[in-house]
Amino acid sequence: MPDFIAEWLNENDIFTTMTLMEYWGGMVTTVQLVFLSLVIGLVIAVPLAILRTVRNPFVSGPIWLYTYLFRGTPLLIQLYIIYYGVAQIPGIHETFWWAIFREPFYPALLAFTLNTAAYTTEILRGAIIATPNGEIEAAKAYGMNWLLRMRRIILPNAARRAVQAYSNEVIFMLHASAIASVVTIIDLTGAARNIYSRFYAPFEAFIFVALLYMVLTFMLVFAFRKLENHLLRHQRPANS
Amino acid sequence: MLDLKGYGPALAEGAVVTIELAFLSLALALTLGLLGASAKLSGNRVLTGVATAYTTLIRGVPDLVMMLLFYYGGQVAVNALSDYLWETRQIDFFFQFDPFISGVVTIGLIFGAYMTETFRGAFLAVDVGQIEAARAYGFSRWHTFRRIMIPQMLRHALPGIGNNWQVLLKTTALVSIIGLTDMVRVAEEAAKAERMPFHFFIPVAAVYLLLTAGSELFIKWLDKRANVGVVRGN
Repeated sequence: MPDFIAEWLNENDIFTTMTLMEYWGGMVTTVQLVFLSLVIGLVIAVPLAILRTVRNPFVSGPIWLYTYLFRGTPLLIQLYIIYYGVAQIPGIHETFWWAIFREPFYPALLAFTLNTAAYTTEILRGAIIATPNGEIEAAKAYGMNWLLRMRRIILPNAARRAVQAYSNEVIFMLHASAIASVVTIIDLTGAARNIYSRFYAPFEAFIFVALLYMVLTFMLVFAFRKLENHLLRHQRPANS
Repeated sequence: MLDLKGYGPALAEGAVVTIELAFLSLALALTLGLLGASAKLSGNRVLTGVATAYTTLIRGVPDLVMMLLFYYGGQVAVNALSDYLWETRQIDFFFQFDPFISGVVTIGLIFGAYMTETFRGAFLAVDVGQIEAARAYGFSRWHTFRRIMIPQMLRHALPGIGNNWQVLLKTTALVSIIGLTDMVRVAEEAAKAERMPFHFFIPVAAVYLLLTAGSELFIKWLDKRANVGVVRGN
């Protein structure tokens, strides 16, 4: 560690090794929560997006309703309903689910997953229905059946079209995850709130955590830009 | 009929607070967005830099963290200022930094950044010929801006403003965390006291749904009106 940093750490009362470890623990929780909910949400969203494009209203209707409800209400309320609600389900205290849902982490994970899955479903649906008709006709002319068309033609191209909107959703989720601190989870924001109340130092506690979020955000932006360049490399002008 | 266990009036008052908060934040956001977009397109390096720094910073930080910073930090700053004024000039100055003000400021600042991008795109979508024509008629820069740019840019900005408004409306729920008695806060207290989370949160969620659905219809109507003179190719 360079001397001036060591000196600065010795001089101030707030950024001690202990509080820095608290922030680090919060960062791990935030990353876990966001990463898991995004991955599970994406896994749920792909089949839902495909089914949402089906003409049969009995198939697409319920999925429309699900995405409409979750996109039309604040995530905070969804979190409260799940967090306070699971404890009220009759008989849950006797099942093994209670051991899981007693921890605030899992209700929060469930709320975040359902929320991001709803947004991702709509993003993917938009990308799927934007498939040029010619691509589908060509695939049909090659004798591909529905499944093969979906797998080889529609989904890969839809993924290219969706990646930009999805990167916004990922960043939105990272920022939205700050509300996990409301249900007593010590994520990054939770750590900052603890440190604020211990030292009554709002600027140090919250500006530091804002910087950490900013670093995470810009890392994600950078990674998605790389991914986008990779996925859209066939569209790059020839001499660049 | 829905029995709200006597919390009905409090919830209704909370809903009014939510709507007031949303509209005031929207007004601030639109103002900041217009200023930000004008700064970005001004061609002045300093102004462009300031506006770019503003939009970049805002997009990197969660709304809740910013709100906590303004709420707790705002009070500390006011206290420090009031101490300073009293000690140096014997001026008795103090005000309470309440959750409502913090909420309006934070949400306004955040959505001001998004509105900046919306307005910037909309200004760029105005035909250059229109601006040249205005200049040729001897309109000053300010006149061109007010009479030509703003009316023509609004049509392009409307869908973006609509989207931002929908997100803004849902963001207002966060202000309950710093203690504003909006409908989310009332529902939370009622749900805890009565141990009936579904009973209180689902009606509140329904009010949000009603607000977002209503705004969607209104924005569609506005959009139709704004595009009345536009011939759409198929």
